[in-house]
Amino acid sequence: MSANTHDPHAAHGDHDEAVPHGSLKTYLIGFGLSVVLTAIPFWLVMSGVLGSTLGTAIAIMAFAAVQIVVHMIFFLHMNFRAEGGWSMTALAFTVIIVVIMLSGSLWVMYHLNTNMMPGHNMSQMP
Amino acid sequence: MTSATTADITDTTTGSDLPLFYQLEEHDHPEGHSTALGFWIYLMSDCLIFAVLFAVFGVLGGNYAAGPGPRDLFDLNLVALNTSMLLLSSITYGFAMLAMVKGKVSHTQIWLAVTGLFGLAFLSIEIHEFSGMIAEGATPQRSAFLSSFFTLVGTHGLHVTFGTVWLVTLMVQVWRHGLIVANRRRLMCLSMFWHFLDVVWIGVFTFVYLMGMLR
Repeated sequence: MSANTHDPHAAHGDHDEAVPHGSLKTYLIGFGLSVVLTAIPFWLVMSGVLGSTLGTAIAIMAFAAVQIVVHMIFFLHMNFRAEGGWSMTALAFTVIIVVIMLSGSLWVMYHLNTNMMPGHNMSQMP
Repeated sequence: MTSATTADITDTTTGSDLPLFYQLEEHDHPEGHSTALGFWIYLMSDCLIFAVLFAVFGVLGGNYAAGPGPRDLFDLNLVALNTSMLLLSSITYGFAMLAMVKGKVSHTQIWLAVTGLFGLAFLSIEIHEFSGMIAEGATPQRSAFLSSFFTLVGTHGLHVTFGTVWLVTLMVQVWRHGLIVANRRRLMCLSMFWHFLDVVWIGVFTFVYLMGMLR
């Protein structure tokens, strides 16, 4: 039977010592990058150096996105091998749901706000 | 298993034409072998909670009801201090994990204690900020902006609070039982939780505080 041909402990041996951890070096790299990626957006907003509001907004969102990836890699130790790829699959699924939910909510509610502005006479609608 | 054995079982023992679809032997799963994945899936569900709260803030964040707005309320120096507290607590938790992997109990405990202190500092600053806003009349009831603000940032603060309680619990566990396999697993889960909260805070300080100042 299957129990003779393969040892269950051999198959799952990886999991026992698979407490994901980085080295001192990766933690320090992640920390250094995070400090830089946090300090720049604060500086951009507090000094208003870019001038345009839209430009600053896009820049700080880009820095946030990069910093989230840095945290995922250096602190949460995400990779395509963890848990046989299932961690990454769950993350991808969550990201898809979050993007649909966030963009959908903002999009729908923005148009609702715009079309329901005071002074917009609904009785003249066709 | 081969289909031939299944066919034998159905023919001889049950006497019916229905094949057997259940597995009689379950191979052994060592305790906690799927904890990391299960906890990760919990974190992803928590992520959805925060995504909903971010969406609510995104929709309602501009409805001040003629009340105070972000520019009147937020102090970016305080937020920067708060952010640094959480970031420092992340790196010190990393040091605790490195000490745990090396099996150094006292080093692990010291770094966990430092992490807890940074967590408490974060919470103190946040409570100071909230109480200052409430004292000025910027309560959650004042406007939709403030309702969604307090819900989103307060939920994150509650997570940090429970993370700190969990951290103290684990310090007691490590103190009483040492770095046994179960405690290592628990510390690993709290590590994911703690770093996850830092990731959520990136979203909070970017979308709530920094974008709020740009509105």
